[in-house]
Amino acid sequence: MILTLNPVVGIGHMLDHPFLRSAFLAGTCIALAAGLIGYVVVVRGQVFTGDALSHVAFTGALAALAFGIDLRAGLYGAGIVFAVLMAALGRRANADDTVIGSVFAWILGLGALFLSIFTTAHSGTGTVGSNAGVNTLFGSILGLSSGQALGDAVVALVIVVVFVVIGRPLVFASLDESVASARGVPVRALGYAFFVLVGITVGVATQAVGALLILGLLATPAGASQRLTSRPFAAMWLSAGIAVFSMWTGLTLAYVAPKVPPSFGILAVATGVYLVAFVATAGRDRRRGRPWPGRLEAGELRASLSATRPDRPHPESGVVESRT
Amino acid sequence: MKVILGIDLHQMFALHFMVNAYRAGTIVAITAGAVGWFMVLRRQSFAGHTLAVVSFPGAAAAIWLGLSATIGYFAGSILAAVVIACVPRSQSGRAHSEESAVIGTVQAFALASGVLFVSLYGGFLDSLTGLLFGTFLGISDGQVVALGAVALVVLVLLAVLGRPLFFVTVDADVAAARGVPVRSLSVVFLLLLGCTAAEVSQITGALLVFALLVMPAAAAQQITVRPGPSFVLTIVLAVVITWISLAVAFSSVYPVGFYVSTFGFGVFVLATGARALVTRLQSRPSGWRRLSARTAAGA
Repeated sequence: MILTLNPVVGIGHMLDHPFLRSAFLAGTCIALAAGLIGYVVVVRGQVFTGDALSHVAFTGALAALAFGIDLRAGLYGAGIVFAVLMAALGRRANADDTVIGSVFAWILGLGALFLSIFTTAHSGTGTVGSNAGVNTLFGSILGLSSGQALGDAVVALVIVVVFVVIGRPLVFASLDESVASARGVPVRALGYAFFVLVGITVGVATQAVGALLILGLLATPAGASQRLTSRPFAAMWLSAGIAVFSMWTGLTLAYVAPKVPPSFGILAVATGVYLVAFVATAGRDRRRGRPWPGRLEAGELRASLSATRPDRPHPESGVVESRT
Repeated sequence: MKVILGIDLHQMFALHFMVNAYRAGTIVAITAGAVGWFMVLRRQSFAGHTLAVVSFPGAAAAIWLGLSATIGYFAGSILAAVVIACVPRSQSGRAHSEESAVIGTVQAFALASGVLFVSLYGGFLDSLTGLLFGTFLGISDGQVVALGAVALVVLVLLAVLGRPLFFVTVDADVAAARGVPVRSLSVVFLLLLGCTAAEVSQITGALLVFALLVMPAAAAQQITVRPGPSFVLTIVLAVVITWISLAVAFSSVYPVGFYVSTFGFGVFVLATGARALVTRLQSRPSGWRRLSARTAAGA
């Protein structure tokens, strides 16, 4: 990579590099998907599950490598299978974090085994083995070929489209499951669909930021946007915006300072945004005397949910209700 | 000459690094069992995992700066424990979302920083795998002493605080009403957890600390609900798992972290299965008795 003396000139020419174009294409779509999905993950209180799925993705990818099949088959396969399993477990037994923790610690252990099998099998061919492991763990967005980038972008966009379609009932079901199911929302099916979406998101994001750092794209933008606004849909899109902003700034940072790994750049920006949001809202909360803006009670959230319905005239009254 | 499981014990303990590995492993297992028991009871597994993960950037930074990795492990975990302790705990039962988002952020950012330090240091991929997935090779005498000293401090503190901590864990409201300092106790416990996570990382690797922290405790709490026996059982299980794993890892090429997590998971699954079996066996005769009583009443 070129170390430019004048970063501004360097940034101007940044998109001349094909690998950076690929990185920006894939990165933008992945960040969009992760930001949207991440918001619901945080609202549903399933950050730990997202973490577990990212570890599963790591093991799946390395198992695929160890058995000599395509890495992405392992990524998506393991992600989807375990997403369905966890959704089923969660429904039946409300799998507590001890069980999830034990299972995913073991899965990571299996990942270590596959990594070691793969590394020993390829020990003659230099550092291919260790590199594959490190790339799966920490991402290699600058190493994506244009074909891979296009594939990732398409997968991520499909996630976004599906999410936009099921987004409203999904958020409703996540905020208040009993009321949603009473209103005829298919809560169960939505739960499964959501887990599968998380599994695929984790799979596609692994190739950008790596299995270990996905939480940073899932939870951090969502956490920040939850602090900034309490309106669910605004927060959802704000979260996606923060994720995309982090991706762009992080990639630029990695380009300007080649010693900085892109994954670090992306997560550093996201964490910075979270800190700013935290500091900015901490003062506001103290003045209002309301300690936790991100944590509304179910009723309050439902009220703000119905307040953010699309700008349709009110069917019955046509009177604009003032919110207090 | 004793040979167990095809492993030549005499030959193994003739090697000084294996003796050190067993010393360090035993110290770590005892600490992990004791602190992990409280962690599982307090449902702070996610925090424990994060503290463990954070030891990785600590160690990577220490190596980059030319310090000993041991210092880095402890510095990273204790710093993260302070950060998590500063974040207010959720007050209502349902909404964990903010706290878990914060923990997730800390965790991801910490791992990313680890990658940065590795990149700044310049390619040491083999020891990167060691940092993440554990290694028992090359534990020095000094490291064993350091591990032992920290473990001693942690265990003494835990012995002093154990009773009020258990009280707070079981019923925080009543404990607070009785004047037990709930908040400062949980901060101290997080610090203890940080120290323990840093210790365990040095054997199992930063990513597999969970195996020793959670699995023995989870298994023991499946087997018995009485606090005393399950506490002792946790420590015994942790030590046994560590010993067997070290012995098996000695005679194979695969990382010790894999064996620790596999044996730990095996014990957990066995305990859960055994408990389910016992519950069924106990419920069946009483069910028969009820049924026969009902038929007798009907007749």
